[in-house]
Amino acid sequence: MSGARFSSVLVANRGEIAVRVMRTAREMGLRTVAVYSSADADAPHVAMADQAICIGPATAAQSYLNIAALLKAAEASGAGAIHPGYGFLSENADFARAVEAAGLVFVGPSPDAIEAMGDKAKAKRRMQAAGVPCVPGYEGAAQDDATLIAEAARIGFPVMVKAAAGGGGKGMRLVTNAPDLPEALLRARAEARAAFGNDHLILEQAIQRPRHVEIQVMADAHGAIIHLGERDCSVQRRHQKVIEEAPGPAVDAPLRARMGAAAVAAAKAVGYRGAGTVEFLLDETGAFYFLEMNTRLQVEHPVTELITGLDLVALQFSVAQGAPLPVAQDDICLNGHAIEARLYAEDPANDFLPATGTVALWQPGPDVRVDSGIATGSTVSPHYDPMLAKIIAHGPTRDAARRALIAGLEGTAALGLTTNGSFLQDILRAPGFAQGAATTSFLDEAFPEGWAPEALPQTAIACAAGLLLCSEMHTALDATCGSDPALIGFSSDGGTPVQMELEIDGTVHHLTVIGFGNPTFRVDGDAGTSHMSLGDISATNIRAKVDGTTHNIVHAPAPGGGVFARIGGRHLFIRRHRPWLAATDAQTGGQIVAPMPGLIAGICVSSGDRVQAGQTIAILEAMKMQHRLSAPTSGVVANILTTAGQQVTSGTVIAILEEDT
Amino acid sequence: MWQGSRITPGAPGYTSNRAAMLRAVETLRALEARTATKSEQRRDRFRQRGQITPRERLARLLDPGLPFLRLHSLAGYMADTDDAEKSLPGSTFLIGIGFVSGVRAMIVVDDSGINAGALSPMALQAMLSAQEIALRQKLPFLHLVESAGANLMNYRVEDWAQGGAVFRNLARLSAAGLPTVAVLHGPSTAGGAYMPGLSDYVIGVRRNGMAALAGAALVHAATGETASDAELGGAEMHASVSGLVEYMAQDDIHAIDMARRVMARLDWNRDMPAPQARSVAEPVHDPDEIAGVVPADWATPYDMRELVARLVDGSDFDEFKPDFGPATLCLQARVHGVTVGILANNGPIDPAGANKATHFIQACDQAGTPLVFLNNTTGYMVGVEYERAGMIKHGSKMIQAVANARVPKITLYTGASFGAGNYGMCGIAYQPDFLFAWPTSRSGVMGGAQAARTMSLVARAGAARRGVDMDEDRLATQEAAIEALFDRQSSPFYTSGKVLDHGVIDPRDSRKVIAFCLQTCLEAQKRRLNPNSFGVARA
Repeated sequence: MSGARFSSVLVANRGEIAVRVMRTAREMGLRTVAVYSSADADAPHVAMADQAICIGPATAAQSYLNIAALLKAAEASGAGAIHPGYGFLSENADFARAVEAAGLVFVGPSPDAIEAMGDKAKAKRRMQAAGVPCVPGYEGAAQDDATLIAEAARIGFPVMVKAAAGGGGKGMRLVTNAPDLPEALLRARAEARAAFGNDHLILEQAIQRPRHVEIQVMADAHGAIIHLGERDCSVQRRHQKVIEEAPGPAVDAPLRARMGAAAVAAAKAVGYRGAGTVEFLLDETGAFYFLEMNTRLQVEHPVTELITGLDLVALQFSVAQGAPLPVAQDDICLNGHAIEARLYAEDPANDFLPATGTVALWQPGPDVRVDSGIATGSTVSPHYDPMLAKIIAHGPTRDAARRALIAGLEGTAALGLTTNGSFLQDILRAPGFAQGAATTSFLDEAFPEGWAPEALPQTAIACAAGLLLCSEMHTALDATCGSDPALIGFSSDGGTPVQMELEIDGTVHHLTVIGFGNPTFRVDGDAGTSHMSLGDISATNIRAKVDGTTHNIVHAPAPGGGVFARIGGRHLFIRRHRPWLAATDAQTGGQIVAPMPGLIAGICVSSGDRVQAGQTIAILEAMKMQHRLSAPTSGVVANILTTAGQQVTSGTVIAILEEDT
Repeated sequence: MWQGSRITPGAPGYTSNRAAMLRAVETLRALEARTATKSEQRRDRFRQRGQITPRERLARLLDPGLPFLRLHSLAGYMADTDDAEKSLPGSTFLIGIGFVSGVRAMIVVDDSGINAGALSPMALQAMLSAQEIALRQKLPFLHLVESAGANLMNYRVEDWAQGGAVFRNLARLSAAGLPTVAVLHGPSTAGGAYMPGLSDYVIGVRRNGMAALAGAALVHAATGETASDAELGGAEMHASVSGLVEYMAQDDIHAIDMARRVMARLDWNRDMPAPQARSVAEPVHDPDEIAGVVPADWATPYDMRELVARLVDGSDFDEFKPDFGPATLCLQARVHGVTVGILANNGPIDPAGANKATHFIQACDQAGTPLVFLNNTTGYMVGVEYERAGMIKHGSKMIQAVANARVPKITLYTGASFGAGNYGMCGIAYQPDFLFAWPTSRSGVMGGAQAARTMSLVARAGAARRGVDMDEDRLATQEAAIEALFDRQSSPFYTSGKVLDHGVIDPRDSRKVIAFCLQTCLEAQKRRLNPNSFGVARA
C-alpha cells in the first residue's frame, strides 16, 4: 500500500475477534502482533500471529485492559497501529488518545467521537440537535430521585432506566409502574457505578415490542460517510444479542434509505471516522428512534459482510491508512440474506450460567462461516466473555439462510463444554423467528417458562449407548496384545444381552443392549427399541445408522471417564452410571473411631455441638504423631465416649455423631 | 485359491443338508437356553436381594464387543437325570474365555439361578478343565462365586476326594504367575470357602458376599455355637477383621466394575510384543455354506476340501502329498492370518495315509506350525491287506506323532470320530489345546450298527458251535439294545455332557472358533510369566 501509515498492527484483543482481525491484516500484507494474558498463552490468536507478547496475568484489568502494558507491547514489537477489536478498550477514548500520543495509528474513530457517543445522555442531546429521531426521555444533569420520578411521569410509563455511560444492558431496567421506580433507580445506579464507575442515569419511554435494528456506517478521514444497510438484532436475552441478521425482515428499501440517512447524519454530527454502528429501535408503525452509537466494529459485523461482499476490517485498515473509501453509497447492494448465531459457553437451561472448562473437541460445522477463537484443547476460563464462536450462514433467501444456519449449528461440535447450541437451534426453528416476526420480547414470548432441552429421543439414547460401548471397546482393544477385527462381536454361544445404566447429562437411562459388536445390534430402553449399526469409526467421528436414519456423531473422550458427543445436533455427556462413587465416603454410621492405639491428646468438641464435615473431633497421639480425627459429614455431636488423656485401643469409639442426611 | 468346489448352494442335497444341520444347531441352542431360561426365572429373587443374575454378571464383566468363547455349556447333560427333556446342561457354571479390561482370561461364573449354585454332576470335571486350560494357555482366572456348595443329598465320596484338585489348581495357577480373582457375590461355604481363600484378589459384596468354613447350621450342629452367617463370614467382616477380602463392593454391579479394575491394574500385556499386522482374506467360499456342504449323516462321504475351503483364508490351501494316501488330507493354509497344518479325512486312514500324516505332523512340529484336526473318520483300515501292510505300525507312528507334537493342537469333531482313528486325529485323550464337536458329529469306539452286527455274528458263531438254533427275536432285541447303547453315548451332546470335549459349536462358527483358539495358544506361547514357588500368600 503506497503512502501507508503503518505496515504492522497490534491487535489489542483476544478470542475470535483477534483471529478475525488478524486474518484480514495478514491478507493485506500487514505484520500481525498478538497480545495475550497468561491464561491465553496457547490460544489460537496467539498461535496465528507473527509475533505474540504476554501483557499480564489472566485478570483483564491487568492485561487486556492495561493501557500501559499494551503500549509497551506495541513499542517492543514495533507495531505501527493498534486495532482494538470490540469490548475491552475499543470504546475507551483515553486509550485511543494514548495510542495516538505514542505516535501510533488507532484503528477506529477519533477519541473525541468515541467520547461524544460514550455518554448516552450527551449523545442523545447531540443527536436531537442533529435531527436524528430519539426516544422521548430525560437525559438531564439533575440526578436526584425527585427529578427522575417527575420526568418519568412526564414521559409516561413504562419507562426504561439506563446508565448514561452504559452499554451491554448493564444498569438497564424496564419499569412498568410508578411505585417500582425508586427501587429500580437505586439498583440501576449501583450497577452503573460498578460497571462504568459512573452512576448517571437516563430515562426513556419504553417502546413496546420494538425491533432492534442497527445501521452499519463507514466513514473515511476525508469526510465521506456511507451506510452498509441494517442488521436486525431483535433476538436478545437481557439486552444481550443472541441472533443477528441482515437485511432486517421488517425493513424495506425506503425505510432502509431513511434509517441509513439518519445514521449517516448521526455519524457526521460527531465527525466520525472508520466503522461504526448506529442502533435504533424500530416500532410496529415503522417509526425508529436513535438508541446509541457503537464506535467500533460490532460482534455481528459478518452478516453485513456476507450480504455486501465487503470486508469491514479491510475497510477499517484502509481508512486508518488515510485512504479514501473505495466504495460509494451507490455501489452498495445487498445480496441475499445472512444470519449469525452466537455460540456461548453457558447453560441456557440454568439461568444462562457461564460454563468453563476445556474444549475436548472443536469441529466447526459445514457450509457456514465460523469465526472462532478456540481450538481443541482450549481452556474456557471465567476471566473473559464466554462466547466461543459465531456461526454465520448466507443464503439467497432468509429461509435458506435460516435452514443453513440450523444445519451449521447441528454440524458444529464444541465438545466438553456446556453451550447454548441447542437453544440457538430451537430459536431458529421457532415459528415466530421463522416468520421473521421477532421483536426484542421474542425470547420471553417464545420461551415463557425459560428454555429447557427437549427430552432425548430413543434414537439419540441408543446412539449414546452405542458410542459409549464403542469407546469402551476401543479402550479394551488398546489394552489387549493384538486384536482381530474379524472376531469383534463373536460369541460362540450366541451372546448374552447386556444391561447398562447410561448417564446422559446426569439423567440415568436403563438399557439392554443385544449383540453389540455385530454389524447390527439392538438397544432396548424405556422409550422403545432401536436397531442400529456403527461405521466409519475414527477418533473423533462415528456414523450411526439408527432405525433408518443416519447420525454423524462427533465424539471425544471425557477426562474423568465417559465421552462427550454431538448426537443429532445435541451436545451430550455420556458415561456409565456409577452410584457407588458418591456413596463410598461417610459409611461410618456416625462413629468416630480410633484408627490405631494411642493417647487421646484432646477432644475438640462438646456433646450437642453442631459440626461441619472435616471439622476436628479429637486428636489422637500415636507413634509420636498427632492424628486429627475429623467428622466425615456435618451433624451434631451426640455423645463423647472418651476423655483427654485416655489411652485407647484401635477401634475404640471416641465420639458418636448424629449425621445430617 | 482352491478351484475344485463342486457344491452349488441351493441344490437339493445342499438344501436338505442345511436344513438338517440347522435343526441340530437349534437343538444345541435349545439345550443352552433351557438352563439359561430356568436360571433367569429367578431374576426377581436376585433383585429382591439387590443382586443381578449370573448371566448379567458375565455380560457386564466382559469387554463390550470383544469375542467370547463359551466352554462346557453342555457339561453335566444327561448326568443329572436320564430324561433328555429335563436334564439341565451346564453343571451350574458359565465357563468361557473372554476379555476383561483387555485381558484374555478364563472366566467361571457360578450359575446360582440353578439350585442356588450347588455343585451338580460333572461340575468338578468342568471346573478342572477350565483350570487346566487356564494353566496351559496362561490365562488369569476369574471366578464369580455364589454357590450353596456340594449338594449333601447327592454326596459322592469321589467328588469330595477329587474336588481338592480345584484348590490345588488355584495354588498352581498363582505359583505359575497367573493371577486368580474371586468375587464373592453370595455364599461360599465349606470347601467353597477356599475359592476366595486361594484367590490372589478377592472382592466382597456388602451384605450378600459370605465365606465360611461352616455356615450357621453346621456350626450349631458341630459346636453348639449360635452365630449369624454375617458374623461367621460376611464380606464386611472379612474386609475389616479376617482380611480375606481386599475390595469391598456396594453391590454386584459395583463388584463387577471392581473386578474389571483389578484386571486393568495387572497391566497384563505390558511386556507382550507388539502385534504384527497381518492381512486376513476372508474365505472366497462363505463359511455359512458349511451347513449345506457337509452331509448331515456322518456315514455319507464327501470331499473335506469343501469344508476346508470354507474355513481358511482366501479358500486357499496347499496339499501335502495329495496323491499318496489320498483319503488322508494334509493341507497347509492360514486361518485369520495364522499358518496352520490341517489334517482331515476323506475316509478311513490307510497305511499310506498314516505315514503321510506322521510326516506332516512332524514337519509342522519342526516349523512350529499349529495343527488343526478335522475329524471325519471311521478309523484305521482293517483287513488282511492292511494288517500285512503294517497298519498297526503305521497307525502307531501317527499316534506317537500326535501325542508328542509340541505345537498347539485344535481338534474339531465334524463327522465320525471312531476307534483309534479318534486317537490318531487328536481326540480328548491326546490333550488337544482345544476340542469342539459339531452337533451332527458322532464319536465312539465304533458305530452302533457295527457293534450290534459284530455282537450278532459272535452270537451266531457261538450258537453254531453249540449246535443250537439261534433265537432270532432275542438277537434282534440284543441288536437294538447294543445299537441304542452305542448311539446314545456317541451323541456329541452326551459326550459333551461327560466333559469329553470343550463344548459343542455351531459348525458355521468353526472358522472363528479355530481363530480364537489359535490366538489364545499363540498369545500363551509369547507370554512370559513371573512364576514363584508357592503362589501369592494371602495376608
